[in-house]
Amino acid sequence: MSRAEAAGTAETNESYEAPRARPLWALALFRSELSTTFRRWRTLALLAVLAAVPVLIGVAVKIETSDGGGFGRGGGGGGGGGGDGGPAFFSQITNNGIFLVFAALAATLPVFLPMAIGVIAGDSIAGEAGPGTLRYLLVAPAGRTRLLLAKFVTIMAFCLAATLAVAIAGLATGAMLFPLGDVTLISGTSVSFGDALVRALGVAGAVALSLVGIATVGLFISTLTNSGIAAMATTVGLVVTVQILDTIPQLHAIHPYLFPHYWLSFADLLRQPVYWDQLIKNAELQGLYLAVFGSAAWARFTTKDITV
Amino acid sequence: MDESSADAVVETRGLTKRYRGGQLAVDALDLTVPRGSVFGFLGPNGSGKTTTIRMLMGLIEPTSGGARLLGLPMPRAARSVLPRVGALIEGPALYPYLSGRDNLLRYDAADPTADPRTRAARAAAALDRVGLGAAAGKKARAYSLGMKQRLGLAAALLQPRELLVLDEPTNGLDPQGMREIRTLVRELAREGTTVFLSSHLLDEIEQVCSHAAVMAQGRLIAQGTVAELAAGSRGRLSVTTPDPADAVRVLKEHGVTDLVVLEERVTGELPTPAPDPADLNAALVRAGVRVRAFGAEGASLEDAFVALTGEGFDVAG
Repeated sequence: MSRAEAAGTAETNESYEAPRARPLWALALFRSELSTTFRRWRTLALLAVLAAVPVLIGVAVKIETSDGGGFGRGGGGGGGGGGDGGPAFFSQITNNGIFLVFAALAATLPVFLPMAIGVIAGDSIAGEAGPGTLRYLLVAPAGRTRLLLAKFVTIMAFCLAATLAVAIAGLATGAMLFPLGDVTLISGTSVSFGDALVRALGVAGAVALSLVGIATVGLFISTLTNSGIAAMATTVGLVVTVQILDTIPQLHAIHPYLFPHYWLSFADLLRQPVYWDQLIKNAELQGLYLAVFGSAAWARFTTKDITV
Repeated sequence: MDESSADAVVETRGLTKRYRGGQLAVDALDLTVPRGSVFGFLGPNGSGKTTTIRMLMGLIEPTSGGARLLGLPMPRAARSVLPRVGALIEGPALYPYLSGRDNLLRYDAADPTADPRTRAARAAAALDRVGLGAAAGKKARAYSLGMKQRLGLAAALLQPRELLVLDEPTNGLDPQGMREIRTLVRELAREGTTVFLSSHLLDEIEQVCSHAAVMAQGRLIAQGTVAELAAGSRGRLSVTTPDPADAVRVLKEHGVTDLVVLEERVTGELPTPAPDPADLNAALVRAGVRVRAFGAEGASLEDAFVALTGEGFDVAG
């Protein structure tokens, strides 16, 4: 130790001043990470595809209903929800455009949203390791923990952006093609449009939160390989596999621990009063995935030999 | 050891890396790079140079032994050491979808000591220094191999550095570009930056380096000043004459060994203690040998290198 100190003072005696880390530096890394991700064409294309889903649903419903006859046969009824018959919330879209937001989120949550997250999360570390940019970030030195944290925050930002892309495109399309106004909730109660907008925002938040689990798993997978494509494919494959497992009744014992199990709980925000039970369970489950796979990613990434 | 560590910029003690699967990539390396030197790091492909560099930079955890960079232990002191070290490791790595300038800004943002207010100016200066000023706005995917190499160098020069680690810096460059890089390395060395240069281009090392080390099969087999290393394999006497047979006879009488005749050129190993070359020349002329050219061929680093690592062309397994 004394030798290190002696060497340290010897150096400061020279003309060269040892550089000091800047307090706001971490922000620079996060900003760079965010802008690099969100300025990339691939990211914008993913968001565009997600935003196109509600537009397509809206147009399809509009065409279907303008032929005369309600969408999905007798879908005009007030309550009922999406449980019986067609996809969730589809039947209410023609009554109120805001339901396009919920319908689009329900349609994208099982596949499109987690797939997009899988691409971004899977590529986050592996996509830098493969081409070798990771080694230059680490010798800059970004610091392994901070870099992982910056990656995680960016993935979370993408989860939110992806959800909002669907929600906002849904709201805009719904407002253009269908009437707006007081909203009849699943429970049959009628609330003002303003109240419904707040609930829509809450739904978007709940959906984004539902993606934390798969996002963290994707980040972990990304620390295991140097191939971005492999990490993306594995993550997306996992989304599909786990959802299949979630439908096999014999496996009901593990169902409560599968990350998509409570995904559709966001619909409970559209009840009066709100059913918090499943929403809270979902948040707990996503938190569990965050803790387990976040720690695993950290343990792996901070001890990994960077040989590419 | 205490003395040497005071002005050693890189110092390893028993540095060893065994990869999973048991392959010994680096074997008990004791390397000392003095401050202010231009240090050539030589070795055949697969001799463990890059693994050593990666351990120095904290990218790979050593199996045993340790390394100190700028007097501080790596990888423990990475956060305070690495901002003072610029590196080009195994070729440049770029974000193809970002412009050259944005690539530099991104790497600079990852440096905890980099001042964001001067970031753009420093990036522009680094680009100018490597001759990429005009192509700064182009996407990196449109860069040629040489341009990528230059951009990688620019990233290493974003801040004033105490140590530059350059792994094969002239890869992919045209002869003009190689000259520029050599000039740049000399310039940096004059400014007081220690340069640790790995290369397999021996004349390149010989031209710019003051010190060198040679690795083979994971082991360090020699290190010292370039002059010392080259002296290790002594120079040869070379005589150009239309009468090679007579020349060989006379030289043999004077104790010159290992005589080789190549058309009009006779070369041989001088005996120890070496006679005065002037006397040898006089003896040749007295014997009626017509001498066109006479001289001692300086031992090149290449001779030393081949003597140390063997002529074999095979990559170490």
